Amino acid sequence: MADASSSTRGDLRIVNVTKSFGDFNAVDDLTLTIPEGSFFALLGPSGCGKTTTLRMVAGLEEPTQGSIHIGSTDITHTRPYQRPVNTVFQNYALFPHLSIYENIAFGLRRRGIKDVKEAVNKVLNLVELPHLAERKPVQLSGGQQQRIALARAIVNRPALLLLDEPLGALDLKLRRQMQIELKWIQTEVGITFVHVTHDQEEAMTMADTIAVMNEGKVEQMGTPADLYDNPKTAFVANFLGQSNLIEGRIEGNDGDNFVVDVFGQKIKINKNRSHAKDSSVLAGIRPEKIRIQPAGTAMSGNVLTGGVISDASYIGVSTQFQVEMPWKQELMVFEQNDDGVAPLEKGDAVTLSWEPIFTFALDGREDAFAGSEVHADEE
Amino acid sequence: MALLHAAGSKVSSLKEKRSLLPYLLLAPGILWLFAFFILPIVNLAQTSTQTPLANGDTGSYEQTFRFANYIDAFVDNKEQFSRSFIYAFLATALALAIAYPLAYGIAFKSGKYKNLLLVLVVAPFFTSFLLRTIAWKQILGEEGPVISVFRGLHIIGQNTSLTASAFAVVTGLTYNFLPFMTLPLYASLERIDPRTMEAAGDLYANAFTTFRKVTLPLSLPGVVAGTLLTFIPAAGDYVNAAILGNPNTKMLGNVIESRFFKIVDYPTAAALSFTLMTAILVLVTIYIRKAGTEELV
Repeated sequence: MADASSSTRGDLRIVNVTKSFGDFNAVDDLTLTIPEGSFFALLGPSGCGKTTTLRMVAGLEEPTQGSIHIGSTDITHTRPYQRPVNTVFQNYALFPHLSIYENIAFGLRRRGIKDVKEAVNKVLNLVELPHLAERKPVQLSGGQQQRIALARAIVNRPALLLLDEPLGALDLKLRRQMQIELKWIQTEVGITFVHVTHDQEEAMTMADTIAVMNEGKVEQMGTPADLYDNPKTAFVANFLGQSNLIEGRIEGNDGDNFVVDVFGQKIKINKNRSHAKDSSVLAGIRPEKIRIQPAGTAMSGNVLTGGVISDASYIGVSTQFQVEMPWKQELMVFEQNDDGVAPLEKGDAVTLSWEPIFTFALDGREDAFAGSEVHADEE
Repeated sequence: MALLHAAGSKVSSLKEKRSLLPYLLLAPGILWLFAFFILPIVNLAQTSTQTPLANGDTGSYEQTFRFANYIDAFVDNKEQFSRSFIYAFLATALALAIAYPLAYGIAFKSGKYKNLLLVLVVAPFFTSFLLRTIAWKQILGEEGPVISVFRGLHIIGQNTSLTASAFAVVTGLTYNFLPFMTLPLYASLERIDPRTMEAAGDLYANAFTTFRKVTLPLSLPGVVAGTLLTFIPAAGDYVNAAILGNPNTKMLGNVIESRFFKIVDYPTAAALSFTLMTAILVLVTIYIRKAGTEELV
């Protein structure tokens, strides 16, 4: 068992894994490869199957179907204590009866390592809490407990570290700080981190690769920038940040672009960013990519005219506008306040424009609101 | 100015009332304990050093501060004294062995039957202690189911009976105090976050090591509470020995009972009561120190 963690290395491969509870499939035929040494995030709303996936990798749940491998070793049916995998639990799950030192030494001692002092002290220094070694977990703050939970896991040098909503219990400021710290620690120790979260900002800050999960399946996988700029589904477009999705119809080609008709106005969409199945599309544009000017101003790129500001909120770095279009859809526009406060008010007639390259196209039959309601529930 | 002053005094009188409140809340309990615990204890202490009146009737005693009463009482009843502690210890150990798996099962494995099982644990309290002990006599008796199984399995000889024996007394004590062991154990097991057990598994501990290193230490407060709640009343019990025992299984409680009510030897009964109380206090103190429960969360 002691060498289980050293001999089993490599990519984590989840192959055709299904987990059913009764007739509900929490995870539905999931196939995923997580490269060794990466910081990987499983992102999705609660109930999307991300935690179940993590628990199957940890060995706390057994897949109904499919298999899980680390490198060339099949770990599907091994017990949790036989896997070279350690977990940072959502509520930390520190042992309340043991000192911080003994909490961290727990895994090493179970593997029969007698001299734990050096390893424990080293990892305590890594999380910058060497002075707390003799305390009990209850005497620590939430942020300190979080770091000890991390230390207790990485001291074992697992092939894989699983983090289940590790920052969920911390306040916003501490969460930001820990995000940066976690990323730094991951680079420092070089262990594969698999991180489960419903917080898209947290996933984007830390992970190299994100898999967005919904209803037991991976909707899309890629780098944060990839997912944000080129979402393939309405769920991803709405779950990662906010999107304006406008119904349209592909009317023709113009070089690398499709020409799309949206309620009588023409816009261009790069063919690389089109995931449309046929001519019916949802044209997507992120709110911060849109420029807003008083009606009548000459503008280039994709231009939509006839908007009226229905709401303007000043939020410091930017002003958020709701613009009602002639077809009664409200579009969101975030305007940087880099020239002071934008001189536009509620009721003003405006023209919107953006660079065609920022537009993406989704299958027109998708629900334009998929993934946007779940966000509101979580926060 | 006068108004301000009045307002100030009103505030201070409110403060006075506040500071009296805890004492008012404690008063009923303190009065109760004073009337029904402190006074009887003082009375008992006085009785324990009395000697019979020179020419008085049976049961009349005078205060002579004869502390040798204690020595006499102890020397005469050494056997029952040690038997009380041995039986109480055996019953506590048996109850722990039975109640721990039971409480563990209810806390972690019972699912939707949890509340039903808890009600069943408490259910015996709905009948009287005496009746339950008499029922236990029936269960162990010649007509009961236990003896035929024991004889069938040749655990005991065909002519040995189970009633009127040390076995009956100890199992009776175990049975009667089992809920006192089960409930605190359940309460402390139930408080354990199951994720700490998952964490132990995650950190390379198998099921047995997880139990030894995590579950058991975290349930120690329940073990301590349960063993105390079982041991203390069991050591002073006389009902089980009276109903289920024979003259050779008498416990100290039986001696005190007969000294008080049959022989009307109040001083000896009082001295024995005090000795028993002190012995239990000393044992319990040592036990709590050893268990170090204050260390636990």
